Amino acid sequence: MKKVTVYVTLKAGVLDPQGKAIQESLNSLGYEEVKDARVGKVIELNVEDGPDLDARIKEMCDKLLANPVMEDYHFEVEEADKA
Amino acid sequence: MKFAVIVFPGSNCDRDMYHAAKEVLGEEADLVWYQNSNLEDYDAILLPGGFSYGDYLRSGAVAATSNVMNQVREHAEKGKPVLGVCNGFQVLTESGLLPGALMRNKNLSFMCHQEELVVENNETMFTTDYEKGEIVRFPIAHGEGNYFCDEETLAELKANNQIVFTYKNNPNGSALDIAGIINKEGNVLGMMPHPERAVETLLGSDDGVRLFESVIKNWRQTYVTNA
Repeated sequence: MKKVTVYVTLKAGVLDPQGKAIQESLNSLGYEEVKDARVGKVIELNVEDGPDLDARIKEMCDKLLANPVMEDYHFEVEEADKA
Repeated sequence: MKFAVIVFPGSNCDRDMYHAAKEVLGEEADLVWYQNSNLEDYDAILLPGGFSYGDYLRSGAVAATSNVMNQVREHAEKGKPVLGVCNGFQVLTESGLLPGALMRNKNLSFMCHQEELVVENNETMFTTDYEKGEIVRFPIAHGEGNYFCDEETLAELKANNQIVFTYKNNPNGSALDIAGIINKEGNVLGMMPHPERAVETLLGSDDGVRLFESVIKNWRQTYVTNA
């Protein structure tokens, strides 16, 4: 088994009102050094290993996990925990 | 004319859509559960508002992968009318039947009130009963209605006259004040405001009636008069 972690982020240039609200909240807590915040998603998948694992994960991202109109993605593959 | 109102788990404007088609317009209409649907016998498909699949992942994303959307795609390819309102619009962009995406409202709030819209294109099968430039009042009810697409797509929408409705006072941050767009072929309309909730003056506005009447008239002209 592989553990696949997919990171979905908003494309550069796409307004992120949620990130903006977070940045302003951090500023109001006194963290003036925060100049920008962007919110994304982390999706963890447990996947049976196979010869075209990477290609299939990419397909999943393109078809469902990310919306190419406004989001970018990347993913990492590692051995799943035996636990 | 026979309308199918597709019902997904989490749809909540399906009854309003059905009411508009069946009781206000007096046409045939069915509520069609997304799983056991056969859309072949229907003339028009209505994708209602709501929160299909709880808006999990992205609004409309999960519904867009359901089998019924393949049938909607086939129906659209035949040139038959498809109207997606609110969540229905989100399902249409997620399934690629319309370009762009609907993002969180600029002010992060869910908004539910009447908006004034400008009819930008009255030459579509959905809008012939309106005047170009006419102001109509439809309710909006959404948290993610902020229309976004890249500059290239935006230029294309403009060049092809695909922007059908704009907001007079943009409430959500949509690019070019877009409230509703149509596909290039002119038979798939997606919009965030709710024409089906503007069909009785008692409830604030009946400006939405003419949208349904336009579809019916144009359909009759194409499929009945020439038959």
